Amino acid sequence: MANHTLALRHQFDSVEQQKDASTLGMWVFLATEILFFGGMFLCYTVYRTSYPLAFGHASNHLDVIWGAVSTALLICSSFTMACAVTSAATGARNALVGFLVITILFGVAFLVVEMSEWHTLYKEGLMPGFNFTYKDVDPNHVQLFFSLYFAMTGLHATHVTIGVVLLAVMAIRSFAGAFTANYYTPIEITGLYWHFVDLVWIFLFPLYYLIARHLH
Amino acid sequence: MITATVATRENYLTNEFGVKSWLLTKDHKRIALLYLGSITFFFFLGGIFATVIRVELLTPPGDMVSAQTYNKLFTLHGVIMVFLFLIPSLPATLGNFLVPMMIGCKDLAFPKLNLLSWYIFMTGGVLVLYAMLIGGVDTGWTFYTPFSTGYANTYVILTAVGIFISGFSTILTGLNFIVTIHRMRAPGLTWFRLPLFIWSMYATSIIIVLGTPVIAVTILLVALERGFHLGIFDPALGGDPVLFQHLFWFYSHPAVYIMVLPAMGVVSELVSVYSRKKVFGYKFVAFSSVAIAVLGFLVWGHHMFVSSQSVYASLVFSLLSFLVAVPSAIKVFNWTATLYKGSISYDTPMLYAFGFIGLFTVGGLTGTFLATLGFDVHVTDTYFIVAHFHYIMVGGTMMAYLGGLHYWWPKISGRMYPEAWAKLSALTVFLGFNLTFFPQFIMGYLGMPRRYHAYPEEFQIYHVLSTAGASVLAVGYLIPAVYFIWSMRYGKPAPDNPWRATGLEWQTSSPPITENFEITPVVTHEAYDYANLEEMTVG
Amino acid sequence: MTNHIVTKRQYAYVFGILMILTLVTTWAGLVDLGRLNVVVALAIAVIKASLVVLFFMHIYWSTKLNRVVVVAGFAWLGLLLWLTLTDFVSRGWLPFPGK
Repeated sequence: MANHTLALRHQFDSVEQQKDASTLGMWVFLATEILFFGGMFLCYTVYRTSYPLAFGHASNHLDVIWGAVSTALLICSSFTMACAVTSAATGARNALVGFLVITILFGVAFLVVEMSEWHTLYKEGLMPGFNFTYKDVDPNHVQLFFSLYFAMTGLHATHVTIGVVLLAVMAIRSFAGAFTANYYTPIEITGLYWHFVDLVWIFLFPLYYLIARHLH
Repeated sequence: MITATVATRENYLTNEFGVKSWLLTKDHKRIALLYLGSITFFFFLGGIFATVIRVELLTPPGDMVSAQTYNKLFTLHGVIMVFLFLIPSLPATLGNFLVPMMIGCKDLAFPKLNLLSWYIFMTGGVLVLYAMLIGGVDTGWTFYTPFSTGYANTYVILTAVGIFISGFSTILTGLNFIVTIHRMRAPGLTWFRLPLFIWSMYATSIIIVLGTPVIAVTILLVALERGFHLGIFDPALGGDPVLFQHLFWFYSHPAVYIMVLPAMGVVSELVSVYSRKKVFGYKFVAFSSVAIAVLGFLVWGHHMFVSSQSVYASLVFSLLSFLVAVPSAIKVFNWTATLYKGSISYDTPMLYAFGFIGLFTVGGLTGTFLATLGFDVHVTDTYFIVAHFHYIMVGGTMMAYLGGLHYWWPKISGRMYPEAWAKLSALTVFLGFNLTFFPQFIMGYLGMPRRYHAYPEEFQIYHVLSTAGASVLAVGYLIPAVYFIWSMRYGKPAPDNPWRATGLEWQTSSPPITENFEITPVVTHEAYDYANLEEMTVG
Repeated sequence: MTNHIVTKRQYAYVFGILMILTLVTTWAGLVDLGRLNVVVALAIAVIKASLVVLFFMHIYWSTKLNRVVVVAGFAWLGLLLWLTLTDFVSRGWLPFPGK
C-alpha cells in the first residue's frame, strides 16, 4: 500500500542513495558496538591471562550444554531473520511477518534460557553483588570471572531485548503493509542489528564456556 | 549579484515560529543553534567553577573551601568542560550547521537522528547538573578506580550515567557526518575538492565512532561495580586499577583530538580566506587530519607513565607520541606557508586564527616535552600538565571556535557582529589567556602539584598572576556573549558573502533558506580557488 | 548496489554449516586438548562470525565502504587488545620491583 516514492526523504536524491546511506549508517553503528563490547572483552582477556587457573575452576560451573543450546537458538534466529529479509525483498508479506515472528520466538527462547542459567548460578551462590558464597579454590579471582560473566551476558541480553522490541515493531509494520519489494530498508537494517547480537554471542560462548574448562 | 536584505527574504529562521518549531525541528541549522545555546550554558557553568578555583588559589592556605569541596570543584570543572562543552562544541554547532552546506546538500543523512542526539545530549547534561546540585562528585574527571568505585561517597553513578548518555549523542553526530560526507556530496565535489573543514570533521567523526564506545563501556563498568559491588577493578579481588586507566585513556586521549581537529579545520578555512590564497599543501593537510585521527589512538599510555605500566609499554607509547606530533606540525607549517605572500586582512576571525597557531604550537611543543619519559615523570600531576592541556584546549580549540563563530556568524544569523568590540575582546582573550596559563608552566616545573587547594608560599606569586589573567579572560569571553546576542537584533544586515570567500556555504543567502540551496550546486573548481573567484561565484 | 536477493536455500547452507561448527566447538570444548582448546575454539568462532558477516549480513555482496567499516571496527578492537596486553605481558621484564 505504501508507495516507494513516499518513503523517499527530502535530503536524498534517490531511493538508492537513501538505502545506501541507511545501510552504511547501521554498519557504522555496529562498528561502535564492536568497540562497546570490546572493552569488556579486553577485561576478560587481561584477567584470563593473569588468572588462568581461577578462570578454569569458574568456567566449570557453567553448563556447556545450555550454552550450546543458547548458541543454537541465536543461530536459528539469524537464519529466520535472513529469510525474513529475502521475503521482504520478494514482496512476500505473509512470509515476512511469519519469519519475523519466528525470529522473535527464538530470541525470547534465548532470553528464557539465559535467565534460567542466571537463576541457577544465583542459587549456587555464584552471583557477585547479590549472592556470592563460593569459598573453594581462589574465590577472589573466581569472583572476577563471574563479575565479568554477568556484566557481559547482561549487556548482551539487554541488546537482545532491544532487538526483540525492534523486531516486534517491524512485524507490526510489515503486517500493516508498510513494506514492499521496492522499500524494505528498515527490515534490512534491523536484520543487521540482530545478526550482530548473534555475533557477540558467537564469541561469548567459547570464551566463557569452552576455553577455560581444562585449565585447573 | 543582487543581495536582498534579511527582512525581505524567508530563511530558515523565519519560515516557522514558535517553540514547537524549534523543539521538533529536523533542520540541521536549527539543531546547531539548539546545541549552541546548550553548550554556551555549560561553558559558562564550567567557567564559574574555574572562577571559584582560581579565587581559592589566590592564597596559600586552603581557607575558602574544604578539601573535598575543592575536589568537587575541579571535578565538575573538568567533567562539564570536557564532556558537555569541548567535545560537542565544534562538531555539534559549527559541524551541524556547515557540513551539509559545505558539501552542497539539503540536510544531514539522518535529520531525525540529529534532533534525537540533541535530546540525548540534554538528558545526559541534565543528569550531570542534577548530580552537581545534590552534592556533586569528587573523583576528578578521570574517575580513577578504586576511589571512584569503592571509596568516594559522592554521586559518582549519577554523573557517570549522565556522561554515558551524552556520549551517545556524540556517537550519533559522528555517524551522521560520516554517512553524509561519504554519500551526499554535490555533483563534482570529489574528495580532494572538499573544504579542509570537512576533512577535519570527517577525521573527527572517525575518532568519535571508534573511541567513544570504549569510554561508554568503561563508565558503565564503574557504575556496575559501584552499584552492584561486582569487583572488576577492585584490587582486593585481584582486579587491576591500571586496566581501568587503559580503558579510560584509550578514549580520552583520542578525545583531545576530537576537541582539536575541528578547530584545525576552522583555522584552515580562516587562514585561506584572510590571505586570499589557497591553503598550501592541501593534500598534506587533508591527510594529516586522518593521520592524527589514526595515530591518536596509539598513544594513550603517555597518560600512564607513572601508573606502574611496564617500562617497555611506556617506551612504545613515548615513541608513538612523538610520531603523532608530526602531522600537527605539518599543518602548522602549511598554514604559515599559506600566509606567505598572501594578501592578509586582520578581521577578528583572523586574529583568532593567529592566536590559535601560536598558542597551539606552544601547547603542542610542550606535549613533546611530556612525551619524553624522563621529563614527564617529574612534571606528572603538576601544573605543567594543566598548562599544557589548557594551551591546547583554550588557547587552541576555544580560540578557533570563537574565530569560526565570528566568521560564520553572518551566515548563521544574517547579521554582522560589531568589529571594534570583537577585536577588543579577541585581544583581551589572548592577553588574559597567556597571563592565566603561562605562569602555570613555570610553577608546574617548580613542583606545584595539581588538584591541590593549599600550597607552599613560594608559589603564590604565580597563582596571583594566573588568577589575574583568569579575570581578564573572563571579561574577554563575556563581551562576545553580549554582542552576539545584541547583533541578532541590532547588528548590520549581512550580505550573502561578506568575506568574498570560496566555499558552497557562501553561495547561499545569509541566513540560508531551509533547504540551503535553491538548486543543487555543481562543483567545477578546486577548494580555495581564490585566483578564479570571479568565475566561481554563482549568480 | 545491494539489490542482490539471497535465496533461502543459500541461507540454509550457511545455517547448516553454522550448526555443525557449533556442535564441533562444543565437543572440542569438552575434550582436554591442552593449549589447542583456545586455538580451536577461537578459530571456529572466527569462521562462524565470518559466515554471519559475509552471508547473513550481506557483506559478500556489499559496497567496499561497508567492508572497510567492518574491518575498521575489528581492527580497532584488535588495537585495544594488543596494545593494552603489551603492558600486562611485559611487566616484570626488568629486575626492578613494580616494573
